[in-house]
Amino acid sequence: MRIFATIRLALRALRRNKMRSMLTMLGIIIGVGSVIAAVSITTGATKQVEDKVSALGQNVITVFSGSFTGGAMRGGWGSAPTLTVGDALAIAQVPGVEAVSPEVRDRNQILANGLNWNTLILGESPDYPQIRNWNMATGSMFADADVRSVAKVAVIGKTVADQLFPDSDPVGQTLRIRDIPFKIVGVLEAKGFNLFGQDQDDTVIIPYTSHMKRVSRRTFVNSIQLQATSADNITKIQQDISEAMLLRHRGEQDFTVRTQLELAQAMTATAKVMSVLLAAIASVSLIVGGIGIMNIMLVSVTERTREIGIRMAVGARGGDILIQFLVEAVTLSLIGGLIGIGLGVGASQIVSSLTDWPTLTPVSWIVIASFSSGLVGIISGFYPAWKASKLDPIEALRYE
Amino acid sequence: MQTNPVIRLVELSKTYHTGEVDVHAVRSVSLEILPGEFVAVMGSSGSGKSTLMNTVGCLDRPTGGSYRLDGIDVSTLDRDALADIRNEKIGFVFQGFNLLSRTSALENVEMPMLYNRSRIPAHEQRERALKALEICGLANRADHHPSQLSGGQQQRVAIARALVNRPALLLADEPTGNLDTQTSIEIMGVFQKLNDAGISIVMVTHELDIARYTKRNLIMRDGKVISDKLVENRLVAEVELNRLREAQQAVKLA
Repeated sequence: MRIFATIRLALRALRRNKMRSMLTMLGIIIGVGSVIAAVSITTGATKQVEDKVSALGQNVITVFSGSFTGGAMRGGWGSAPTLTVGDALAIAQVPGVEAVSPEVRDRNQILANGLNWNTLILGESPDYPQIRNWNMATGSMFADADVRSVAKVAVIGKTVADQLFPDSDPVGQTLRIRDIPFKIVGVLEAKGFNLFGQDQDDTVIIPYTSHMKRVSRRTFVNSIQLQATSADNITKIQQDISEAMLLRHRGEQDFTVRTQLELAQAMTATAKVMSVLLAAIASVSLIVGGIGIMNIMLVSVTERTREIGIRMAVGARGGDILIQFLVEAVTLSLIGGLIGIGLGVGASQIVSSLTDWPTLTPVSWIVIASFSSGLVGIISGFYPAWKASKLDPIEALRYE
Repeated sequence: MQTNPVIRLVELSKTYHTGEVDVHAVRSVSLEILPGEFVAVMGSSGSGKSTLMNTVGCLDRPTGGSYRLDGIDVSTLDRDALADIRNEKIGFVFQGFNLLSRTSALENVEMPMLYNRSRIPAHEQRERALKALEICGLANRADHHPSQLSGGQQQRVAIARALVNRPALLLADEPTGNLDTQTSIEIMGVFQKLNDAGISIVMVTHELDIARYTKRNLIMRDGKVISDKLVENRLVAEVELNRLREAQQAVKLA
């Protein structure tokens, strides 16, 4: 029997009982619809988190100094003065490392333009904007020569620029840190808040040599930021760095090496749990929808016993009858699934426009939803269709 | 010239095992029906004629003996093979018409071709269905649904459906049972026309006057054929219809 003829037959049979077909589909529609809507909303949220993580920079690895221990007090990662500029230079030699910036951080009151402001002063290398994937709005980043010459130059974030220079272009002007004048050579683009709610634009970046010699007067760096050439070998590079560092630190593990990947994984773990939960709810709702379809198909087979008898009498094989009812069940569930997808996408769009939550419907879930609603049709339609195909034509013809 | 029989039953029997008692519905019936024959099978209820028809119609398998339909031994075929035989070799006409409701006459007639093992193109299906309806005198009602047709018209659709796969044998089970006298004669006229064109017909009926339109009458009792006679003074539907109309005319004039 031709498949198109069978599908036409199924559609006609479903049209005959429009109300019943609609109600039968409702289970699948609601199930698929709610799953698609929920997936769209969680995927949107996950995407937002991922965007924030990638805003930290591409393939970033951070080396923190070890824990400072004074008497019984332990200071936590980054508190011990164990990392040096030499470490950073050694790390730069590790294959696969593209850019390195030793980082010194300190909070200080700064003065400029007759105004003052308390902000984070970062000592970095000229590679820093590249590592953080951070472009300049105006002016330019200081150069390696500035690092070598311990130059009094600074690049400032958007917030600092707004606070200290509300009416003028900061580039070329001077700001004072601990009464030392620094010439502003550039302003960074706005980056917004990071994952922890800190304003990333509220910062002043100066060469790390200048920071260590002029501002904080430290001999150690807080951390080393670096960028790997690609995400594929990031774990290998992480290991290589650890080994190089261990060698330099005479086998003492007084540092930690973290990748951005680990952070991203931690951040999206919640979303993964949500996805699993959604899949569980989805399967329950699809089972409920499937039971509805099976129920109606059984009723339909009983109602149409005579039709089945007639078809068998004129030469329909059991298999023909099986396929006819199976196609009917699959059509029912597939149409339900497609309507559900449409409603789910629509609902998430509405949520998105009402609440400013970003929503995103992944194509994979549309495929999964269509596929599983079709599967539900096959599973729930099989028993009724099999029952129909096993009818005795004589009995079926006599059925009133 | 030796012609192969359409139906050849040898010692055919059908026994139902229901509980403790075995019911012998058909007891070793031997029978030959040649191409072009028009046979009426008669008998009271329980005489085994329905069982015989179901077996001859390949809806059921015999429990004993052999059955050759159009030269094929069908007594050993499985369900699917029997379905194919029904599709290709047999056309069924039932007492209750058994048309699919909410489906046009044309689509009803096309239906058996849907199950034909050799694929028939859609346009050919349509042509053949229209041709069959035309033969049965219903070409102008092809788009009507069964509920829009009279009993006689519905039976004509059913006959067209039976014809559409060009069967070797037409099986009719009380085809006039639900029809009034005049319509019954009209339907018998259709059968006679088809038979004249060479189609073999076997028909179950309990109406003696209907049986007189056929060529050969079988009478069954207790699962056996007790009488097998050729019909003398065979009625011709056209003549009888004219006679009926004249009688009606006379009543109106009086």
